[in-house]
Amino acid sequence: MVLWAPDWPIVAVESSASTPAAVLHKGHVLACSQAARAEGVRRGMRRRDAQSRCPGLALHDYNPDADARAFETVLTAIEELSPGVAPLRPGLCAINVPARFYGGEAEAAAVIAERLVRLGVWDVRAGIADGLFAAEQAARRALAQDSLVVPPGGSAQFLRDLPVDALDDESIVGLLRRMGLLTLGDFAALAPADVHTRFGTHGELLHRMARGLNPQPISRRQVPPEFEATLMLEPPLDLAEQIAFSVRTTAEKFVTDLAGHGLVCTTVLIEVDTDGSLATSRRWMHPRWFGPTDLVDRVRWQLSVDGVIRAPVDAVRLIPEVTEPLGDHADSLFGGGPDERVERGVARVQSIVGHEAVVSVSVQGGRGPAERQLLAPWGERPVAARAVGLPWPGSLPPPAPATVYLEPQQAMVVGAEGQAIGVTGRGMVTGEPARFRAAAGQDWQPVASWAGPWPVDDQWWDEVAARRIARFQVVGVDGSAYLMIVEGGSWWTEARYD
Amino acid sequence: MTVAPAPTLDELRARVDQMQGRPAAQPVATHPAFAGLLQLQTGSSYAVDSASLAMALMAGPSADGAWCGVVGSAEFGLEAAAAAGVELRRTILVPDPGEAWLEVTAALIDVLGVVVVAAPAEISGKDVSRISARLRQRGAVLITYGDWPRCDARLSLRDAEWVGLGRGHGHLQGRRVTVEVQRGTAPVRTGQLWLPDRAQVIRRAEQEPTQLRSVS
Repeated sequence: MVLWAPDWPIVAVESSASTPAAVLHKGHVLACSQAARAEGVRRGMRRRDAQSRCPGLALHDYNPDADARAFETVLTAIEELSPGVAPLRPGLCAINVPARFYGGEAEAAAVIAERLVRLGVWDVRAGIADGLFAAEQAARRALAQDSLVVPPGGSAQFLRDLPVDALDDESIVGLLRRMGLLTLGDFAALAPADVHTRFGTHGELLHRMARGLNPQPISRRQVPPEFEATLMLEPPLDLAEQIAFSVRTTAEKFVTDLAGHGLVCTTVLIEVDTDGSLATSRRWMHPRWFGPTDLVDRVRWQLSVDGVIRAPVDAVRLIPEVTEPLGDHADSLFGGGPDERVERGVARVQSIVGHEAVVSVSVQGGRGPAERQLLAPWGERPVAARAVGLPWPGSLPPPAPATVYLEPQQAMVVGAEGQAIGVTGRGMVTGEPARFRAAAGQDWQPVASWAGPWPVDDQWWDEVAARRIARFQVVGVDGSAYLMIVEGGSWWTEARYD
Repeated sequence: MTVAPAPTLDELRARVDQMQGRPAAQPVATHPAFAGLLQLQTGSSYAVDSASLAMALMAGPSADGAWCGVVGSAEFGLEAAAAAGVELRRTILVPDPGEAWLEVTAALIDVLGVVVVAAPAEISGKDVSRISARLRQRGAVLITYGDWPRCDARLSLRDAEWVGLGRGHGHLQGRRVTVEVQRGTAPVRTGQLWLPDRAQVIRRAEQEPTQLRSVS
């Protein structure tokens, strides 16, 4: 069975189906939502064409990593229902049909679709056939949240009337069309030896697919083996020391089991039951990995907290939350690589504060200091929107400010008589700044030196994003220096040289 | 009766360190501009009152191959850091750790050489001693932007003097500052620094010879 979630990049960016949205890759539409399709947006269309068809189109950049990450939750959900999922690409996966358990192929598909809809994936289609290719084609022809079942042995019949475009290989499809072979049936009717002579091994593979044979078996994900270790206490105990003593063999078995698979545990969840119900559950992390004594210590610490054990304890469970390959942690002959250590440490920080909250940094091009900062979630490749090497007229010469405010702070700058200072349309300053206040809560102070305005007419071609601003550098008498902007008569502090 | 010669304080300290099983503090590469003012050491914490001073302190270890982490400061000027000599490829930013800043800082101390923290308004003594114990154990350097209780040295900027900017002309080019280093109860050390100079290099400012003018 093949499960297909159409427009997966759109689903992954979590835009609602009712608003038109499109995901762009290299300036062309890669996927678009149903609403956008109704407005005439098509795959492969250029950005400008798509926007002219549908002015309200919300555009997103293509992010394959995010797609794969979002699909991972779907795979896990399917795995709970039926093991052995083979991810084909984000949005498409194959499994063996658990037909006997659910009482039929269509019923199994319905159960899985229900599970995915509960997960928030509204549009999921299932195709069931003998081969992978036929099943994928069936999934593409199924209705939303429904399945299309090709009877056993009927794959060739099903594929016969489909156009050759289904092969998804542009060079061969084009050639077949020019040869007058418009359907897969026409292509399948050729003799295999002739196809091999004319199209080579790859063509022969496609020919087998078109005939409904299954050329490549799917490679399934291995279900992770169960490493959870449980200690049942009979009779129940109520002293932390006693329990810690009893848990030692369990902890040793836990560590040995993991080591047998070449793994070590770096985060463990310890659950303790009293009277058959969960009494305490806590996640422990280790800077390196847990050995048996570390685990015993954690159990003791967890139980030593006052008020945790109100009734005798009858079960202790050790559940590995994060496991890592043993090889990463082994001390190598010439010393361990520091970078891998850093990566693991950062992964742990990400598990605390979230994937996006830890960022790797670099500098990109831009006119303002805030535009020049480039932040990308750790583990993703940063994509510079603007090249740093270009001249960027209007940007300021070094030194760069050490503090770049996320949001400009409202500032006030006045002349000697307290009159407001502004910039004329011709880019002239209306008076000499005498006193300023860098942010709303700060004190006023006299201006020691200043320079500007440096006008920037940013994105004048775009009505929404266009900005006309002028930058100033202002130094106060206490030596604090600020980068300020004037926009529409009001002053903002953009950055501070501190 | 013979009296054994009294061990010096340093020897005693080394012996205590040995018994507690922690590595003695090792010197860390420090930016040459701080020669004579400050030598960074593993397991120590330093409080600074200016972002560019924090960058200058980071620059030494970062150029020497250490990884740096910045916690709690989304306003960290990356271009200025790069100009100061911080290797951005080996820099990790956690702009907004929220409630979990202590866990995040401790986790970064485990793996990174230098951790810069924007000190929160209130921090309990217990958390400080936990972090310093972790620092000593892991041999990392902590730089806090803002006040930090019981830090090894406090660095502050005084008398910042900008050059290159006039009244309505020019642009900021360099800054000459006085850096004060206060280490415990020891006398305050001060030094003149260009932070940075006109060529965007951080260096010590030499005392320019006083210009004598004939008066008769």
